[in-house]
Amino acid sequence: MSTSTEQPVSELAATTLLRFATAGSVDDGKSTLVGRLLHDSKSVLADQLEAVEHASRSRGQEAPDLALLTDGLRAEREQGITIDVAYRYFATPRRRFILADTPGHVQYTRNMVTGASTAELAVVLVDARNGVVEQTRRHAAVAALLRVPHVVLAVNKMDLVDYAEPVFAAIAEEFTTYASELGVPEITAIPISALTGDNVVEPSANMDWYGGPTVLEHLETVPVERDPAGAAARFPVQYVIRPQTAELPDYRGYAGQIAAGAFRVGEQITVLPSGRTSTIVGIDALGESVDIAWAPQSVTLRLADDIDISRGDLIAVTGATPATSRNIEATVCHVADQPLTVGQRVLLKHTTRTVPAIVAAIPSRLVLDDLSQRPDPERLVANDIGRVEIRTAEPLALDAYADSRRTGSFLLIDPADGTTLAAGMAGEAFATDPTTSRTR
Amino acid sequence: MTLVVPEHRRTESPYALSHLDSLESEAVHIFREVAGEFERPVILFSGGKDSIVMLHLALKAFAPAPVPFTLLHVDTGHNFPEVIEYRDRVVAQHGLRLHVASVQEYIDAGKLRERPDGTRNPLQTVPLTEAIQQHRFDAVFGGGRRDEEKARAKERVFSLRDEFSQWDPRRQRPELWQLYNGRHAPGEHVRVFPLSNWTELDVWQYIQREKIELPQIYFAHEREVFARGGMWLTAGQWGGPKDTETVEKRLIRYRTVGDMSCTGAVDSDATTLDAVIAEIAASRLTERGATRADDKLSEAAMEDRKREGYF
Repeated sequence: MSTSTEQPVSELAATTLLRFATAGSVDDGKSTLVGRLLHDSKSVLADQLEAVEHASRSRGQEAPDLALLTDGLRAEREQGITIDVAYRYFATPRRRFILADTPGHVQYTRNMVTGASTAELAVVLVDARNGVVEQTRRHAAVAALLRVPHVVLAVNKMDLVDYAEPVFAAIAEEFTTYASELGVPEITAIPISALTGDNVVEPSANMDWYGGPTVLEHLETVPVERDPAGAAARFPVQYVIRPQTAELPDYRGYAGQIAAGAFRVGEQITVLPSGRTSTIVGIDALGESVDIAWAPQSVTLRLADDIDISRGDLIAVTGATPATSRNIEATVCHVADQPLTVGQRVLLKHTTRTVPAIVAAIPSRLVLDDLSQRPDPERLVANDIGRVEIRTAEPLALDAYADSRRTGSFLLIDPADGTTLAAGMAGEAFATDPTTSRTR
Repeated sequence: MTLVVPEHRRTESPYALSHLDSLESEAVHIFREVAGEFERPVILFSGGKDSIVMLHLALKAFAPAPVPFTLLHVDTGHNFPEVIEYRDRVVAQHGLRLHVASVQEYIDAGKLRERPDGTRNPLQTVPLTEAIQQHRFDAVFGGGRRDEEKARAKERVFSLRDEFSQWDPRRQRPELWQLYNGRHAPGEHVRVFPLSNWTELDVWQYIQREKIELPQIYFAHEREVFARGGMWLTAGQWGGPKDTETVEKRLIRYRTVGDMSCTGAVDSDATTLDAVIAEIAASRLTERGATRADDKLSEAAMEDRKREGYF
């Protein structure tokens, strides 16, 4: 899919890419919204629609079921539910979109965490008739926990509440207050009807009281770039490039993707965990030599000194380096079927470095319904979110997840079979800790 | 220091990457992760546009050093001659090593049986999985894109396969941030899809930007074809046309490259990259819907083949 129609080639040139995730309860109309976005942005092509019509007819349905566009697996079609994250692609002349389509059911918290981990924006759906419910608060909490920079509250099914402004305003107010307290930096509330298409792609004639953007307009215009000067520069070394040929006997480049901030030729850098320093003498940005490069560019750095650097090391600008430690306090979302227990030996993957580690303590488990902390749960099971203390075999240069999603995140892996056990975020759970700022 | 931003990277903000730069950066990161974590990776290379783009990205990821991977082609024996010529030229040009797993050899040895419909695409699975086991490849790069097909929309970038190369969509590892988990037991391997997030149009725009050479069958040319199942197929020794089918000369091009027996051509007068991109941008048919007979077999055809070890 994804090929938009009737747009001149010239306009396809320098668009940007937005990664976003959707979250919604089972009957909030998430599939309809996704179907509507794809359909109304002309991203569903004739043969796909034909396949959906054919499949709908063979199931005895009269109208094409747009959910069949997105439910890709046999089991999903058989059970009529979405069981796993799927990625969708569509485009407008202004932007390309990667949509992480995540199931909304509570037992799939791990799927929303997966989708939100790479998202720059999350769309939280609410049924206008029901308003903010527990599930809405869970979605807001996960978006806040994962530090998704932009959150859209889509108040759906406005057609079923007579397109009434006070209904929308009350829900928007309640959600914004709640999400702001969790530290969600930017919230945009939009009244929509996914079924009838109001304010999804086209502005609604039924809600002239609403002066804001449609969902698609907002997706097209929300800023995705951040000034790299605002973040400390981080470069996890992925691979050392040494051609060792007759023409290039001495070339030694450190390949990686800039995780945060920017690097400039001439800057002094420090390598962690060794603490050795050198100066950047060249930046190769996939074939061109540049003076400056910034996240998330994949580049190769060349240094003035021939110091010992290998995969797993972190290069930072001298004077703005993260502390290294063997003790990590973090929030984890448990994503595996086997539990995580105190004393368990695991592997911890942080950027390009994987080290043995031990789960030293699990001080609390977060109850997403009311954001209370249950002390000493002893173990975390699938979809649990909890605080953990981890001791690693080697020091790691970890940032707080609040400062850098890329260098503050990690995986816990079962050394026996390689299963990904948990998604970890170093530092405080929420931007404003709800357990201290909220009275309950 | 003043900020120098190359022309192709210019968007509304000086710090925004164009979508092609974002996709390129992500794919290069994936190649380097595999190089850093696996012992015996291999790139599946068919001479089709997706594998050509993969190889181009690998060349950029490790420059000025050579690509630290070998290539593997699963040869159905029903190839377009232009594509095989291109494949061998590119392999030689970059000093790469190519393994070929031949479906014809399996048929000749009696290990595979020709299908009644003559298509050999589904027959690739056995030679592919046996080649992986025989060479003990632990990471196998494929050019699959999630936009191609809805079962592929569920595929991970790093996709663990058991010793039978089976894909179990319900037991996939969650993929979080850009932290790819490549742990696997001996005998298992990981399929890696660096173009997961690319669309057909992205691939073509990138080919244009990077001035990548392609086999000529991707551009409009006159060719002897016949109609079957709503597609134009090239006449050849693989069993077409049948008595009831008539060959005619048409101006066509291919959107995908695969086994001749099931890869259809589209009517086209697009002889340049600009024209191809304009044609795709206006198309009302997906790449696979327009050109792949084997995906029309059933609603879950791709999922079923992937479960067995196909890409």
